[in-house]
Amino acid sequence: MQKIAELIKKEAESLLKENKVTAVWAWQPGEFYYDNSPVCFTAPEQLDKLVYNEFCPSNLGKYLMAGSKKNETMAVFAKPCDTYGINQLIKDHRIKRELITVIGIPCSGMIDIKKIKNQGVKGIISVSVSGDDVIVTTAYGDKNFKKSEVLLAKCMSCKGSDYMIADKELGEKMEVKCQKLNPEDGVKKLEAMTSQERFAFWQQELSKCIRCNACRDICPACSCEQCIFDNQEAAVAGKASANTAEEQMFHIIRAYHVAGRCVGCGECARVCPQGIQLGLLNTKFAKDINEFYGKYQPGADDDSKAPLVDYKFDDVEPTISAKGVR
Amino acid sequence: MLKINKAKWAELFAALSAQGTLYLPAEVDGKVDFTVWQDGTEVNLQATQTAKSIKNVFFPQIENLLDFKTDGLKLSVEQRMLPEEDTIAFGVRGCDVCSFEVLDKVFLKEPVDAFYKARREHCTIVSLACSAPDETCFCDTFAIDATNPGGDVTTWLVGDDLFWQANTDKGKELTEKIQALLAEGDEAGVNAQQKATKEIMAKLPLADFKIDPKIPAEQEKVFNSAIWKQLSDSCLSCCACTYVCPTCHCYDVRDFEIDNKVERFRCWDSCMCKDFTKMAAVNPRVSRLERFRQRYMHKLVYFPENNEGTFACVGCGRCLQKCPVSLNIVKVAKALGVAKDV
Ligand code: SF4
Ligand code: SF4
Ligand code: SF4
Ligand code: SF4
Repeated sequence: MQKIAELIKKEAESLLKENKVTAVWAWQPGEFYYDNSPVCFTAPEQLDKLVYNEFCPSNLGKYLMAGSKKNETMAVFAKPCDTYGINQLIKDHRIKRELITVIGIPCSGMIDIKKIKNQGVKGIISVSVSGDDVIVTTAYGDKNFKKSEVLLAKCMSCKGSDYMIADKELGEKMEVKCQKLNPEDGVKKLEAMTSQERFAFWQQELSKCIRCNACRDICPACSCEQCIFDNQEAAVAGKASANTAEEQMFHIIRAYHVAGRCVGCGECARVCPQGIQLGLLNTKFAKDINEFYGKYQPGADDDSKAPLVDYKFDDVEPTISAKGVR
Repeated sequence: MLKINKAKWAELFAALSAQGTLYLPAEVDGKVDFTVWQDGTEVNLQATQTAKSIKNVFFPQIENLLDFKTDGLKLSVEQRMLPEEDTIAFGVRGCDVCSFEVLDKVFLKEPVDAFYKARREHCTIVSLACSAPDETCFCDTFAIDATNPGGDVTTWLVGDDLFWQANTDKGKELTEKIQALLAEGDEAGVNAQQKATKEIMAKLPLADFKIDPKIPAEQEKVFNSAIWKQLSDSCLSCCACTYVCPTCHCYDVRDFEIDNKVERFRCWDSCMCKDFTKMAAVNPRVSRLERFRQRYMHKLVYFPENNEGTFACVGCGRCLQKCPVSLNIVKVAKALGVAKDV
């Protein structure tokens, strides 16, 4: 990863120096080893702060929206999974393709610090990663982990090392090495439940929601300029978890709205401060869409028509599909 | 000093809960949060930090204040009863105990918030000293002693014993009610733990973090600093940081209409939100930069200016843990500390 970080720095430097773009989106370090933040660099001398390591999970694509509106030229570094979200934003007319330079960067999986901390690790002073070995130095002594066992859930179901959009690629492609996770497995468990059980499951899960909107704000498919849930005039505008019905409304509407556009990046579930299993909701929609309309991967391109906005003669009839006939 | 062994904790919790609704840190769905104790609650006194703060015991995320009812042309107004139920907040860490003092400066100042006051007066706070501080902790920056957290009663967990010391009249009253369960203990174990904890704290990454005195002093320069642009560019304008923060206290008052009744309620709000503070028509802070700056100006500049230098942050570290993009008060204060224009 260190080598790639160097390549990224060099690339950013030449883009800014040669005035090919006015801004470069990358990551900068935080207080600890694991809390890198997205950052917008606008001058070459800022670049000594640029970082790329196993703790850069954020997709930077959504940050291009604000600049695109102002017709700024921007470059963005994108891991393979990030490129799906960028395509989706282009397709949804939120980013102008001609203004952006996408630079694909390889990734071997991002580490989930929560998985480490949930094992009782506290007082982290530094983290060092080499191959599959992760050594966490803490004020209470060193702890060892295997990277393959502490990856983010989204990395355990990595869609592969190819870029769906890239004007340039840096370094050699890398693979995520771990026990692969199929996001549909969780959905199958839900499908096996009775409707009462499922209702109880979601009621319990969604009652944890504090309506902070982090899931919505990080989502590359949630790109409305004015979200209905921020509209004071709409009865649904809720800053508070008024009651469970309201939270359910928020999540169901969001899930419907991103259906067929959700790229399955897993960012919503990653950022939820309450640990709500949001992926299950979106994966269920994606699974149904695949079954009803044929396999479709949102964000794999920037111009195909999504199944729900495209009518074909042999499209499934909802009433019939309920009985299992296509 | 008094103590009670782990074997008797179940009895302790039952006895406390007989005195009032008992909130304590417990494991729910894989995370630790303050929960109302019931038989079978998985109490967790090991976790340094609960996911959310405990401010909702005094300042619930949502509460109804008034009802308006119409009957033909007749309008009646019914005020909601003041919340006068006795509560006990158990296992509160030092940072969170101090957060109540920050909230008091807001809600107990004229005009006093009757709902907050009623809840505050009916609550007995039993604090729990820290023995395993985390890297995100920086209570020491605000001169908060994590090893002696205060409240009405202070407790220390040493091995399998919970040491107990009443600090206030309220604390003594509670102690008397459960006296039969407590045994005499000696302080040596507590003192040793306090020393060990301080040694650990000195090794943590934020041990030397201080808020530069020029920050609260140079209001105008801080306000106009160039640091806000780059930092706020990465903010998502969600409100995770404000909702998990023990000292953030903004709220909105709204009406909810059902049938021939209107419920007037208040709910948490966040200065990070686009639709915050719709004064007359719009949020006066139209840009993300202005909203982002407001949160930190409030905590580091305006609040201390109006409250004898008290910052509206207690160093609990929740915003460091929960921000989806790892922005937080430490990052901001450090950036201001080294900013050339401040
Ligand atoms: S996985 Fe979540 S954050 Fe990602 S596109 Fe789908 S709904 Fe949005
Ligand atoms: S991030 Fe989690 S808590 Fe916040 S609104 Fe989304 S589901 Fe609710
Ligand atoms: S600003 Fe952050 S560290 Fe300070 S009290 Fe709030 S959540 Fe805790
Ligand atoms: S600082 Fe972080 S948690 Fe707070 S509003 Fe911005 S993105 Fe959300």
